[in-house]
Amino acid sequence: MAALLSLPIFTIASFLLYPSNEVWQHLRTTVLSEYLLNSALMMLGVGVGTLVIGVGCAWLTSVCVFPGKRFFSWALLMPLAFPGYIIAYTYTGMFDFAGPVQSWLRELTGWGPREYYFPEIRSLGGAVTMFTLVLYPYVYLLSRAAFLEQSVCVLEVSRTLGCSIWSGFYRVALPLARPAIVAGVSLALMETLADYGTVSYFGLGVFTTGIFRTWFGLGDAAAAAKLAAILLVFVFTLVIIERWSRRRAQYHHTSNRYSSLPQYRLRGARAWFAFAACLLPLFLGFILPAGQLAVWALQTYQTMVDASFLWLTLHSILLAASAAALAVVLALFLAYGKRVFASKAVTASIRVVATGYAIPGTVVAVGVIIPLAWFDNQVDGYLREHFEFSSGLLLSGSLFALMFAYMVRFLAISVQSVESGLGKIRQSMDDAARSLSYTPAQILLRVHLPLMRATVLTAFLIVFVDVMKELPATLILRPFNFNTLAVRAFELAGDERLADSSTAALMIVAVGLVPVLLLSRSISTSRAGS
Amino acid sequence: MTSQLQVDGLDAGYDDLQVLNQVSFSLKPGEIGCMLGPSGCGKTTVLRSIAGFENAWRGRILIDDIEVSTPGFSLPPERRNIGMVFQDFALFPHLRVEENVRFGLHRLERREQQGRVQEMLAIVGMLAYAQAYPHQLSGGQQQRVALARALAPRPSILLLDEPFSNMDVDLREQLAREVRNILKQENNTAVLVTHDQNEAFAMADQICVMNEGSVMQQGSGYDLYHRPANRFVADFIGQGVIIPATVESLTSVKTELGMIRSDDVIDAAPGTLVDVLIRPDDIVHDDESPESAIVVEKAFRGADFLYFLRMDSGVEVLCLAPSHHDHKINERIGIRLNVDHLVTFSRN
Repeated sequence: MAALLSLPIFTIASFLLYPSNEVWQHLRTTVLSEYLLNSALMMLGVGVGTLVIGVGCAWLTSVCVFPGKRFFSWALLMPLAFPGYIIAYTYTGMFDFAGPVQSWLRELTGWGPREYYFPEIRSLGGAVTMFTLVLYPYVYLLSRAAFLEQSVCVLEVSRTLGCSIWSGFYRVALPLARPAIVAGVSLALMETLADYGTVSYFGLGVFTTGIFRTWFGLGDAAAAAKLAAILLVFVFTLVIIERWSRRRAQYHHTSNRYSSLPQYRLRGARAWFAFAACLLPLFLGFILPAGQLAVWALQTYQTMVDASFLWLTLHSILLAASAAALAVVLALFLAYGKRVFASKAVTASIRVVATGYAIPGTVVAVGVIIPLAWFDNQVDGYLREHFEFSSGLLLSGSLFALMFAYMVRFLAISVQSVESGLGKIRQSMDDAARSLSYTPAQILLRVHLPLMRATVLTAFLIVFVDVMKELPATLILRPFNFNTLAVRAFELAGDERLADSSTAALMIVAVGLVPVLLLSRSISTSRAGS
Repeated sequence: MTSQLQVDGLDAGYDDLQVLNQVSFSLKPGEIGCMLGPSGCGKTTVLRSIAGFENAWRGRILIDDIEVSTPGFSLPPERRNIGMVFQDFALFPHLRVEENVRFGLHRLERREQQGRVQEMLAIVGMLAYAQAYPHQLSGGQQQRVALARALAPRPSILLLDEPFSNMDVDLREQLAREVRNILKQENNTAVLVTHDQNEAFAMADQICVMNEGSVMQQGSGYDLYHRPANRFVADFIGQGVIIPATVESLTSVKTELGMIRSDDVIDAAPGTLVDVLIRPDDIVHDDESPESAIVVEKAFRGADFLYFLRMDSGVEVLCLAPSHHDHKINERIGIRLNVDHLVTFSRN
């Protein structure tokens, strides 16, 4: 099964070796350098932006005391609920020429349409800002965890050696947390590379939009796959960096004693600066766009919320729920197989499945459709030849293809949480139940499932939400006339009906808050008494 | 003769590594056996083979005169009618105490289950905690629940895997005696695995000392201490030193501390050089004695002193003296031999 799930990845990778055709030559001479440059600039900008905001806020909320600290420590995760494409058109709607901000400015100053400078949201810089605003929580999350894990002693030793809090931060805490920070930034960059909605809406030429254009515009699957393969090289570099830094992070644990961290009480202006520094990303990344969406939704819900919208919601929920259920069942199967058989093959296949999460939806879609289309053509050709009957496209335009892509992309999440849940159940539990005359199947039912209920539920929820938010793979693989909330919001926004798309967008954000709240709950319980 | 548990020539291991080598022993109904040995000696593998969690390579295991493991055949654990108490107790955290104990009774009728659960909880003194969850209990209480859970289905054999190793040292022997009383009350046959000889002495009727996958000696605690079959057992059980001696006659040897007589015939010709095991209680502190030695080190143990002594020849011995005989280091004290059991080993 793992082999089946890694098929798309290998398909795409194999296109790296394919001979190039005319379209590819054309692409290479015209747009490839643009894609490379744009992607590189975007990664640079997002990298720096998430680094500064994420690490800064993490340090403030983990070792300083200032008004609102407890609230910020979990609320700073909330922008994670926003898919990039939704925040992108919310901001566009607010700040473009016809939007409320510029109109208000013109009214106030009496400027004419072209008489003043206003930054263009739909630009590379705008995209970098959008990504930074919704992706900094990754860096925040991991670096905060790293700061909290550092032993007090190291920080205190640095102070006895003459470091102030701030130089202690630069010279001790930051280097110790570096592996975690690198891991967080690489996660943010992976998401940046995987994005399709934002860059396509902003009209930027990067790999994901390039793949779409080549496929649907030029109709050349091979060239699209080749682009996907290059993107994959970028992604795998990031995956390797991320894994490597996480492994190093284990050696950076300085002590097992996690007594409470020193708390630096900030006063006066400093305290208010800290407050503002934490409020700003939260405000820009969540409160402002969510507020705008809510205002739009209030204006338009009467026309937008009709029977077809409810059908759409139902569709999305059913799709996401069945994908999540399937992911959990497969994950149980894999993780349980690993526990019972513990063979190298099972362990290795789980590792292959785990890389799926890093692969952009566009690439997964291309990688899924190529082998499925081949299969369809083979079946069709065979049937025509022998039975004079055309089966048409059996799999590639079906929900099966979509489900398959979701599994490739999201199974890693469910496997991870199910495995960690199962890992907490000691082997002696199994042995005890067997010595009390239970068969292995009964043990799964009577012992493991009750103990794992929470983890299984978490896995289900996270996959559910990810599928709700997923855009590019759904866009490519959905059956004809099959829509989800994400696709609908994207299409409406693409038609400049920003206000109309807000109900769907708000729904997605609301659903997206669920895993964020779960995460933040585990954060607030991870350090009792702080 | 009927035996409740019989292990015959058991070989077992993991992958290519052989862990057990020709392990054999048996227990009569109601007997408590113990596998005692240093860590890594294979004692836990014996227990897990009896339970059916490991498959033996060669040899047979019989429970209640029924073959449960022969080469190529292994009855799965759930069909062996065994009970097991684990090192970490392995209580199910999502079930109450009462539900934990009832867990193994799923084949009984509801009313019988209830009766048996009450009976078991009463035996281990945990009736008051029937509705508690495992995490609300202390280590000793969890242990009693684990014992009640394992005994509730009336297993043919109860297996205990280092059941006291998570306990305070002070509590271990007391708990071991408690568990022994409970087992004896229900006339259970049991096998205990431990590396702690005091636990073994407190609980077991029969002790198998194991080393490097083989049984070194099987016997009562008294036998193992006073009649060790080889140097390993002599060294592992209790304290003592080995000093050189010459065989004088069929029943006596001569050491520099004097003559030692034995009730049994010595398995060596007169004039042969042998080694003799001297326990601390074989040497009595006696100010009148002509023999003397110098105190090198001493350990106060409450009721008595353990002295480390060096004799004029340089040979060191141990001596147990009553606690009011407090001598300084480097002081010369008189000692006398008082050996009840002569233990000799041939020299190689």
